[in-house]
Amino acid sequence: MKSHNLREKGVQYLLTALAFSALFGLLLIALFILKEGLPFLTQVGLKDFIFAHDWEPQSGKFGIYPMIIASLWVTFGAMLIGAPLGIACAVFLTEFVPRPVMHTIKPMIELLAGIPSVIYGFIGVIVLAPLIRTHLGGPGLSLLAASIILGIMILPTIISISTDAINAVPNSYREGSRALGATRWQTVYMVVLKAARSGIISGVILGMGRAIGETMAVIMVAGNAVKVPGTALDSVRTLTANIALEMGYAVGLHRSALFATGVVLFIFIMLLNTLASAFVKQEIRRR
Amino acid sequence: MATRNKIEIQRLNLYYGAFHALHDISMDILDRHITALIGPSGCGKSTLVRSLNRMNDLISGSRVTGSVRVDGEDIYAAKADVEKVRKKVGMVFQRPNPFPLSIFDNVAYGLRVAGVKNKSMLQDKVEQSLRAAWLWDSLKDQLHLSALTLPLDQQQRLCIARLLIIEPEVILMDEPCSALDPIATAKIEELILELKKNYCIVIVTHNMQQAARVSDYSGYMLLGDLIEYDDTKKIFTHPADQRTEEYITGRYG
Repeated sequence: MKSHNLREKGVQYLLTALAFSALFGLLLIALFILKEGLPFLTQVGLKDFIFAHDWEPQSGKFGIYPMIIASLWVTFGAMLIGAPLGIACAVFLTEFVPRPVMHTIKPMIELLAGIPSVIYGFIGVIVLAPLIRTHLGGPGLSLLAASIILGIMILPTIISISTDAINAVPNSYREGSRALGATRWQTVYMVVLKAARSGIISGVILGMGRAIGETMAVIMVAGNAVKVPGTALDSVRTLTANIALEMGYAVGLHRSALFATGVVLFIFIMLLNTLASAFVKQEIRRR
Repeated sequence: MATRNKIEIQRLNLYYGAFHALHDISMDILDRHITALIGPSGCGKSTLVRSLNRMNDLISGSRVTGSVRVDGEDIYAAKADVEKVRKKVGMVFQRPNPFPLSIFDNVAYGLRVAGVKNKSMLQDKVEQSLRAAWLWDSLKDQLHLSALTLPLDQQQRLCIARLLIIEPEVILMDEPCSALDPIATAKIEELILELKKNYCIVIVTHNMQQAARVSDYSGYMLLGDLIEYDDTKKIFTHPADQRTEEYITGRYG
């Protein structure tokens, strides 16, 4: 009896330690980035860092404004493509095909998430960029190319979470609506999507987090020129690309500036995640 | 007042995949009367009532032979318009199932589905329907609240109001009171008796007292067969079939 108790306690402590180690890792990363980035921010000033247009590390100019704008536009473009496509796909899978078809297709879509981002980038460079260059003009490697590739990359996230949200809508709503003479589509957009709204929105926000954070594919297809884009066909450099491209050789203040870029990115993503969990909580409360 | 057959069911068979759920059912249902379907769980009474507005279509693998005529028109005919059938033959479900929308939007739903956009018309009709379901006086100041916040019996009456707004001619009720307490049940029954003046009503019930209280005609079903169908008084006092007698006297089911 006694040894049994001892083992129970042992397991409990072990699990507690493991659980906290994950949290500890997160804390370490946050502290590390802050420690490396803050000295720079105090020296140059947050305002000059965020709103200055010129990024010339050699001559001591560290303005990330063009990259913030690029990150926002690329993410926005990715949402413009990924969100409607993903939600439409989720609606199709849940409401318009027999269950067995959904149970075959959904795992396949989720496999998309397992394809390494460098492969997406590869396809972007070989297929998409030349298409854009010949048909729309510009260098091809562009804001548009990055948005399209990211839009596809976030599909599995949006589809998977939206499908779960739509499946969680009680069937009695569908029956009630159909019994009032509504068609399948009317039922979907007047009742089902409204009932699943908060779940779908949190899926979209999580997809947005992925899009903002994605690095490799974006480096490969966005062209990486540091300037505020005039059109979707211009070459852009995102915050993540900036860090990855220059980390290899940056020293001193330059290196510190890249960490500060990381801090800005970190804050962006934390804001998004807070938003997402607020929506999820709201949904749980409503049930 | 001459009453006529509103629904004529002829040799209706229904299958769920390989399962034969309804066996050769034939019955006529009178307009402006209440017809009750009784029987033990799994006897097919819900299936039968759901086949009167083709709700069974929503279950994959269901198949129907025979005919159901509403006002002489076969609702299973190839050219029948399912949405139209369901607007004419409305349904109230076992568990109140208001949508997660406001009270107003719930009631207005059927009209919006039909494409009505005119605001004042929607308002008038919503008020009319809520009055007909005896909800207007208690809810008129909270039409914008979520329907899910209402107590169950008001939710069920809201579902009835939501149905009345599309002006159906037949109202199917699938155990409409089984989620309600006795007082709420009494209110719904009173409402059903009131609705009888204008509608043909078919009610499925588990509760034999309820069938005896509200219905004019009763059908007793057992394992997919319609055993006996007659005047409610006769079913409950002098049933012709021994199986019906066993059920209503509580020896079975």
